[in-house]
Amino acid sequence: MKVKVIARNPDDYVRETKLDIQRVPRNYDPSLHPFEVSREYTRALNATKLERVFAKPFVASLDGHRDGVNCMAKHAKSLSTLLSGSCDGEVKVWNLSKHECVRTLQAHEGFVRGMVVRYCGTSFFTVGDDKTIKQWKMESPGYGEEEEPINTILGKTVYTGLDHHQNDPVFATCGQQVDIWDEQRSSPIRSFTWGVDSFSSVHFNPVETELLASCASDRSIVLYDMRESTPLKKVIMAMRSNTLSWNPMEAYYFTCANEDYNLYTYDMRYLAKPIMVHMDHVSAVLDVDYAPTGKEFVSASFDKTIRIFAKDGGHSREVYHTKRMQHVICIKWSADNKYILSGSDEMNIRLWKANAAEKLGVLAPREREAANYSQKLKEKFQHHPQIRRIARHRHLPKTIYHQTKELRVMKEARRRKERNVRKHSKPGSVPVVSEKEKHVVTVVK
Amino acid sequence: MASPGEASVNETHVGKKKKLPARYWQELQEEERKDENKVKKDGEQSKEALQQEEDKTQKAKKRKQDQSPSDGEKVKPEKSDPFPGPAPIPEDRLQKFKRKDKLKKPHRKQHKLRDIIARSEDASEMAQKQAARFDLLLPEEAGFLEGDEDEDTCMISQEDIAEAVDITSGAKYFNLKLSQFGPYRLDYSKTGRHLLLGGRRGHVACIDWASKQLMCEINVMESVNDVKWLHTEAMYAVAQKKWLYIYDSNGIELHCIRKFNDVLRMQFLPYHFLLATAVSSQYMVTSGMDKKLKVYDVRTFKPLKSYFLPAGAACLSLSQKGLLSAATGDVVQVYKDVCSMPVTKPYMAHRLRGTVWGLHFCPFEDVLGIGHGDGFTSMLVPGAGEPNFDGLDANPYRSAKQRQEWEVKALMEKIQPDLISLDPTELAQVDQATWEQRHQDRVEVLGFDPLAKEKFVPKYKKKGRSSAGAIERRKKQVAHEEQRDVIRKSVEDKMKMEKERKERERKKAALSTQKSALDRFKK
Repeated sequence: MKVKVIARNPDDYVRETKLDIQRVPRNYDPSLHPFEVSREYTRALNATKLERVFAKPFVASLDGHRDGVNCMAKHAKSLSTLLSGSCDGEVKVWNLSKHECVRTLQAHEGFVRGMVVRYCGTSFFTVGDDKTIKQWKMESPGYGEEEEPINTILGKTVYTGLDHHQNDPVFATCGQQVDIWDEQRSSPIRSFTWGVDSFSSVHFNPVETELLASCASDRSIVLYDMRESTPLKKVIMAMRSNTLSWNPMEAYYFTCANEDYNLYTYDMRYLAKPIMVHMDHVSAVLDVDYAPTGKEFVSASFDKTIRIFAKDGGHSREVYHTKRMQHVICIKWSADNKYILSGSDEMNIRLWKANAAEKLGVLAPREREAANYSQKLKEKFQHHPQIRRIARHRHLPKTIYHQTKELRVMKEARRRKERNVRKHSKPGSVPVVSEKEKHVVTVVK
Repeated sequence: MASPGEASVNETHVGKKKKLPARYWQELQEEERKDENKVKKDGEQSKEALQQEEDKTQKAKKRKQDQSPSDGEKVKPEKSDPFPGPAPIPEDRLQKFKRKDKLKKPHRKQHKLRDIIARSEDASEMAQKQAARFDLLLPEEAGFLEGDEDEDTCMISQEDIAEAVDITSGAKYFNLKLSQFGPYRLDYSKTGRHLLLGGRRGHVACIDWASKQLMCEINVMESVNDVKWLHTEAMYAVAQKKWLYIYDSNGIELHCIRKFNDVLRMQFLPYHFLLATAVSSQYMVTSGMDKKLKVYDVRTFKPLKSYFLPAGAACLSLSQKGLLSAATGDVVQVYKDVCSMPVTKPYMAHRLRGTVWGLHFCPFEDVLGIGHGDGFTSMLVPGAGEPNFDGLDANPYRSAKQRQEWEVKALMEKIQPDLISLDPTELAQVDQATWEQRHQDRVEVLGFDPLAKEKFVPKYKKKGRSSAGAIERRKKQVAHEEQRDVIRKSVEDKMKMEKERKERERKKAALSTQKSALDRFKK
């Protein structure tokens, strides 16, 4: 007879010395792992709950400004440097790793309306309410030297916005018209007008570097090509946009922050209908900035909250608020995709984590694997009602909570009225207008 | 997309000829060719030969230039791989890891959904293949027992088997003579290392049966109906005459649960951490006084097979590899492959000193434990246990630290009792019923159906590609595609109906072939 019985050699299964790691032989046979779906579901549930437990996004507050923070600028080359301009004309340079102010200078009399760091990182530009454009050195002045701008340009009207070209020594300002300046000249090389009396902001496209967009006071967004002499086209919306931000990864998408509590993502080529309407704020949206990956963006609103949206998500995935943070005027997403910087009315700049439950710092390989596994499980089961309920749950201040409910009731009422009108009129006479098309008035070429 | 490093693209390598270092085989081949030429013809033809040689070497150089930059590892660039592509995986192994069939493709217009589904299906296919490939690396192999030409496997005695295998495996066949405290019930722990014995007259003992070390031994002074390990070898439950008691592995009484009276049989659900009288396997085997053994499929609640036994089996146990052991009186018989093929004779048989009271296969060993009136016997059954265990689940060689970590993780993954259902993969499926309900609500609220297919409007193309004929052609194309979808769906539905009808008819026929006394009155 032929016989074989399972005979295991313990030397193959037990570690040799105390200093070795334990041996863990694996067998992935599904019959040895029953109830795999239920166990995965339980793990996903635990992961979602733990994410809420560890969601502590606030990192630090940068204190020092003596008036509300009006604008911020990211340093082009250094991740730990931030520049901020306040409503009393002061510009401060911060070191983010030490949470302290490195340099202060009195840039303008009146508001600092716009700031941008040159692409090389050695100098930065500011515009203010005193109708000047000033260029400053990035290095602090030496001992005994005064803070002096490298260059000052006096203009005739107030400039309200500023942005620099990605690679060339060219920058653009907006005020009563959009001007393109060369750094060596003291008068603009080109000016764009379109019958509008004031523009609130101007932004260069980071991918298609010759394109610009600006938000005008006649509720429109105007697109320009720097190489041409006239603007390209403009889209007029129902309410005015405060600012906009170009997607750093997709050349033709930009998101504008509008006064009607929404944000709109447009494709530059088809301005008739926005790609997405992002609804969640309960007051005017003041600023928007994209993450460097181009997959998400953050918006700051007059309703004292910051919201993070996915690029194609109609509703926010995250909301940050603090009792001490008043109206958030400006917001930036740091270039390493990990932090969000918000400047608000009460003279503070706050540093937040982009992923609230993320562990910062270097992770051990097992930690990283466990985090990736939990993330994948949460994504797999995200639609199950219990898990969705826990993942969506956020605490909101009472005013905002009641305001959202009120806005929902109002929207519901409007929708019901429209439905009734459609029901009681001749079929086809009241066309169905989708939510996206409702907010665009017209596109002008 | 933003491309910060654009400067590097300006330099190209096209048209540049790199000079490669001379390889040893190139010189050898040139020499060979030279020798050949010299041997063949001398004189006039040598010039031509040299020219030809030069051409050849030029061509060879060019070919080598093309090939060698790509693969620096190949020794001889002219040889090709005799087994191109990835290694093939045997079909049955791939089938073992298959979870679900591919999903039906969603509508053409739902780009994102199609993308997501395609990506996830690719990922699961890759996972399936990787798992199937990993099977090759498993250290152990299952046991087997094959008799000679005229020998029957059920005639081979335990002593023969114990002699034929090595000493440690042979030591797994042993008898414990415990005739004082009545017939014994037994249970093996989940890892298979620890054994719990409970005698009818109150003797409870737990031992590490491989090393024969006694962990605890107590007498509970009451009649014991059943004993069961809980999730680890630290606690066990004893169903005593009146109530249910839980003891520590040192014999200390932890709990006395008065709510359970007269418990006869217990079962522990390891993943739910529940002690119940439920069956957790796929097949259920029952036996009765009618001397028949029936195998049921628990998912469909249908009897699969039915066997005839000489006497009703009092105890049954199913091993990890699908062996079934049935005990009648003082004889234990082991059957192989009960669930898949019909079986006529037992795989092995063993006779004991007393009536069999308890039967249990040891989880990762080829051992069957039998509790009987005369004590305990451990029997060798080659091919009963799963040879390769998973270290993260039940590891017989785990240390105390590993056991603690495992316990914490297992408790965190404990499945809630609401998730106990007949179909274990229910959670992974789309909840169609409530989706439909929500869809109906949404249609009501909005006044129109947001998911209804929009009429296809062909895009206006420039340069004369939008003539009337072209537009009509495009419209017809889409219409044909949609018609094909409709036809396919209706064919599938029809096939399903046909199948169901055939099933019903077959069942009817099966029932009708049963003879009844009234058959003679039928025409």
